Amino acid sequence: MQRRHFLQTGSALGAMGLVSGCATMGGGSGPKVVVIGGGYAGATAAKYLRMWSEHKIQVTLVEPSDAFISCPMSNLVIGGSKTITEITTPYDNLTKRHGVKIIKDRVNTIDADKRIVKLAGGTELTYDRLIVSPGVDFMWETLPGMNRAGAKEQVMHAWKAGEQTVTLRKQLEAMPDGGVFAMSIPLAPYRCPPGPYERACQVADYFTKAKPKSKVLILDANDDVTSKPGLFKKAWTDRYKGIIEYRSKHNVTDVDVANKTVKFEFNEDVKASVLNVIPSMRAGDIAVNAGLATANKRWCEVDFLTFESKAAKNVHVLGDAIQVAPLMPKSGHMANQHGKTCAAAVIALLMGKEVNPMPIYNNTCYSYVSTKDVVHVASVHRYDAEKKTMLTVTGSGGVSSAANELEGVYAWSWAQNIWADTLA
Amino acid sequence: MKIQQTLTLTALVTLSGLAQAQLDPVHVRSWAASCAACHGTNGHAQPGMISLAGVPKEVTIQKMLDYKAGRVPAATIMHQLAKGYSDEQIAAIAGYFAAQKK
Repeated sequence: MQRRHFLQTGSALGAMGLVSGCATMGGGSGPKVVVIGGGYAGATAAKYLRMWSEHKIQVTLVEPSDAFISCPMSNLVIGGSKTITEITTPYDNLTKRHGVKIIKDRVNTIDADKRIVKLAGGTELTYDRLIVSPGVDFMWETLPGMNRAGAKEQVMHAWKAGEQTVTLRKQLEAMPDGGVFAMSIPLAPYRCPPGPYERACQVADYFTKAKPKSKVLILDANDDVTSKPGLFKKAWTDRYKGIIEYRSKHNVTDVDVANKTVKFEFNEDVKASVLNVIPSMRAGDIAVNAGLATANKRWCEVDFLTFESKAAKNVHVLGDAIQVAPLMPKSGHMANQHGKTCAAAVIALLMGKEVNPMPIYNNTCYSYVSTKDVVHVASVHRYDAEKKTMLTVTGSGGVSSAANELEGVYAWSWAQNIWADTLA
Repeated sequence: MKIQQTLTLTALVTLSGLAQAQLDPVHVRSWAASCAACHGTNGHAQPGMISLAGVPKEVTIQKMLDYKAGRVPAATIMHQLAKGYSDEQIAAIAGYFAAQKK
């Protein structure tokens, strides 16, 4: 029955002339997939849906940004060794090479029963399957001072690459030598576990060269460094002694923006020259508003074979917005893997074929401890049919033995490759 | 119809190739796609990284088994990733990349 259904669908598509070498777009009547969000997960899913369905599936990507600005590598812009242009990639190849229809807009509502997405601009999109890949939004309610007028324009999170990244860089450039850069880290889980510690290294590297009397103060809500602790602490001791100070168990409860001061649950207030407050995170607004964030109202639970939401049929959730499997990081690399796993599953479901029963994929996160030397953490994740989740493969994965320049070359190459794999 | 098809398929494969034949090539493609984050879509890497497309299957298998066994001196990452895959998965993925145009 399933097979016959597929054959019928297949021949119908062939008759419509959609099985051509060029990237046919719109106008057809093949199955429709709408993707919300053009980040590492969403853009990858859109591309691979088109590529692997041989253009049989119509894909519409809804993304409000003009271009893709990468969070990985954005700490190098804050440190000053790269520009924002170098980490920006346009979306046009998704359309030109793969026939993805891109609508520059925001999503207002999702009606999962009627399978309709309503955009802020008034457009309504119908779908057979919906992929929601909104990334994270911040739990501003946990920081009252940040909700006062103008606060968000003065104190950066710079945890979504773009204007915030550039502004934080400018604040560091404007800071007099002898100043203190204080960065607060929320309790895990948050996007990019090693990201804050890499940022501390990048700012410290800049200070050693341009403002040697200045200090970097890391205020971490967690009990200890949450990723590559040995390697980061070694970098702070060997390279940035007297510049970087690390304080664990510092959970920020409020920000006094006018006085550039952060307040804590248990510790004394800290005043800084430049404040960088990274707030607690949850799944992006659109996922929360659509009722998809079923885990503590923060993260979206999914079936790891298909990434279909546990809360809504025909709706898939990807990337940082999901309730992760054990030891699965919220990373760009992992989001790219979600995108492909989901694309393959959605094609199988729409074509009446078997969904891959054994997904297996890897993660690699590089962190720059200077402008050249890099450390990594890597892991391999496979589906466990009994536990119905992704588990790391015993004996696989690990971290660098020491920071090194070769991995610095690999890290920049990783960026070029994953940007092309996601967007070109 | 389904039974008939299965019998025909079984008749076509040799005993030694049976394990390989049971792997759905579409699922193997998904496994291989995981490598693309560093090695490029379908193994076509950007400059600075090794391309896997068109590399003979035996070459990739041997490299991966060397990484897995710790026989590659000064390995950075691949020895850690290779340990996450069975020999059968490595062979299937290597076969996928070998079949891609350079």
